[in-house]
Amino acid sequence: MASSDRILEVRDLVKHFPLNQGILFKRQIGAIKAVDGVSFDLHRGETLGIVGESGCGKSTLAKVLMALERPTSGSVKINGRDIGRAKGAELKRMRRNIQMVMQDPYTSLNPRMTVGDIVGEPYEIHTEVAPKGDRRKKVQDLLEVVGLNPDHINRYPHQFSGGQRQRIGIARGLALQPEIIVCDEPVSALDVSIQAQVINLLERLQNEFHLAYIFIAHDLSVVRHISDRVGVMYLGKFVELGKDTEIYDKPAHPYTQALLSAVPVPDPEGREQRERIILQGDPPSPANPPSGCRFRTRCWKAQEICAEEEPLLQIRPGTGHESACHFAETHDVVHIG
Amino acid sequence: MKRTSPDVLPAEGGHGDHPLLAVDNLHVEFRTRAGVVRAVNGVSYTVNPGETLAVLGESGSGKSVTAQAIMGILDMPPAVIPKGEIRFRGTDLLKLSEEARTQVRGQRIAMIFQDALSALNPVFTVGWQISEMFRVHRGMSKSDGMKKAVELMDRVRIPAARQRVNDYPHQFSGGMRQRIMIAMSIALDPEVLIADEPTTALDVTVQAQIMELLADLQRESQMGLILITHDLGVVADVADKIAVMYAGRIVENAPVHDIYRAPAHPYTKGLLESIPRVDLKGQDLYAIKGLPPNLLELPTGCAFHPRCPYRQDNCVTDSPPLYQISGWRGSACHYWREVLDGEQ
Repeated sequence: MASSDRILEVRDLVKHFPLNQGILFKRQIGAIKAVDGVSFDLHRGETLGIVGESGCGKSTLAKVLMALERPTSGSVKINGRDIGRAKGAELKRMRRNIQMVMQDPYTSLNPRMTVGDIVGEPYEIHTEVAPKGDRRKKVQDLLEVVGLNPDHINRYPHQFSGGQRQRIGIARGLALQPEIIVCDEPVSALDVSIQAQVINLLERLQNEFHLAYIFIAHDLSVVRHISDRVGVMYLGKFVELGKDTEIYDKPAHPYTQALLSAVPVPDPEGREQRERIILQGDPPSPANPPSGCRFRTRCWKAQEICAEEEPLLQIRPGTGHESACHFAETHDVVHIG
Repeated sequence: MKRTSPDVLPAEGGHGDHPLLAVDNLHVEFRTRAGVVRAVNGVSYTVNPGETLAVLGESGSGKSVTAQAIMGILDMPPAVIPKGEIRFRGTDLLKLSEEARTQVRGQRIAMIFQDALSALNPVFTVGWQISEMFRVHRGMSKSDGMKKAVELMDRVRIPAARQRVNDYPHQFSGGMRQRIMIAMSIALDPEVLIADEPTTALDVTVQAQIMELLADLQRESQMGLILITHDLGVVADVADKIAVMYAGRIVENAPVHDIYRAPAHPYTKGLLESIPRVDLKGQDLYAIKGLPPNLLELPTGCAFHPRCPYRQDNCVTDSPPLYQISGWRGSACHYWREVLDGEQ
């Protein structure tokens, strides 16, 4: 892909949250290493899925990309400009281009605002996008685009179901015509029969407006369906990054293999013979990650080198995509999805 | 061990050919100011020793309310059970005195909940909470109870149980808390275990650990397990038979292999088709149109008719019975033959 296609460049992104002790004289005694060296590119119109377990840093990553948190180090460049260093009017302008759809449509919509006010609120801040007289019309158009009745503009969030509320959240994300939308678990709060409707909507909008998505989710089959590329996170780092088919059919990192094998397959045929890698224990604390490879404490392949030398995310012999394991080896665990 | 329960309750293994637990035509309503919410409208299912029944449904389908009725933990009022029986080894639990019910609850039928952190008491140690089962129900001393608690924590594979028995719930991870809930529920060797979305709040790798643990415990003790979930993947992994619920009714029940091979109700079929599949990448997912019904005003006839691609005129007026297709297989659809054959 041409470099002009690259809409988002993330390089060595680090976000540490300091751990302080003392009330009057605070001193730092450590740091939660929520995101600890993440690099990737996002191209125009592409979907990058990010999977990982709770606490792996995927939501912190989303916040840093949105410039809701300042990175400790590293850079996030949108169309070549670093959002982490932007201030004032420039930051405001850059934020227009990257919007977010939240997980929980029950808490992310203000219950005291009408749908029209919620979806139109971005125009209050970015007044240049829609002059006051046009706003109502614009909001109605947006409601129509996400499949809601434009006449419901004066209703309140509680008058809508979960799936409809998520559509309101999506309409708000679209209001400023961004090029990138960060979706943080956009369907996990919805009922199974409603999830498919929202996923179809997101795909349709992507084609219509040529959007790039960062799609964060823990449901691996949903991520596979929507993503062009997938990154697997563990304790603040990418352990594997590749095309959807590479990650799902030829996973190279032991953690990815364990994660895929743990996903229940919705088909009872042959369930007794299925290969299952059951990891022992819980992920270590991000305040005090293991030396070397962070996964080594739960890994069945771990050797001495894993404790001494940190494996970098790179293409390894015998695999066609990047993985961060000294002993990376492709292994088709299971076909999910 | 001698049971103190009154003699209306048959002993373990007693009373010949009764199923272990049978829910029969159960109705549950909530009388609220906004009107009567019919949460459960004639649900029947059975569980036998060593068997896993999965109850599948979305929020509001009545799957949890049915479980709470079995446990006898519904708030009554507002809940009312106007009709139905819950027979445990042949005895109708709904006709028992509260005292007799207490002998069943926790001892012979136990339950684990979705959110272990809110189900555990934050101000007592986990050992104290597990041993409470033995102190209250078995009259054990504090120190004996604590010994039992350590044994149980070992049994649910909590590492370093002896050191951790005096820790508080917040000191454990989500998966470990769910193990503590499981330890409490199996403490008195129940014959039926109801697991209400036991892994929904957990990550997939932890979910796999917990499901494996439940399967092992079931193999050892031959418990009947009722697994309440909305996850078609989990069901396919562990269930022997499935009851699919929609709007307070069972719309389809079947042995697990049959239902995935060929569903006999349009709702089940829609759910299975909406799972993303590799060979359909890049296409729209199949989506069941519309929304789940409002339980205050259920649609006439079949509650699924406003969303159903198989709808005919009589679906709007006639509520379908659970047509028996074969053995333990039924579908509450007038047109189950067409659904089963895949015609549309």
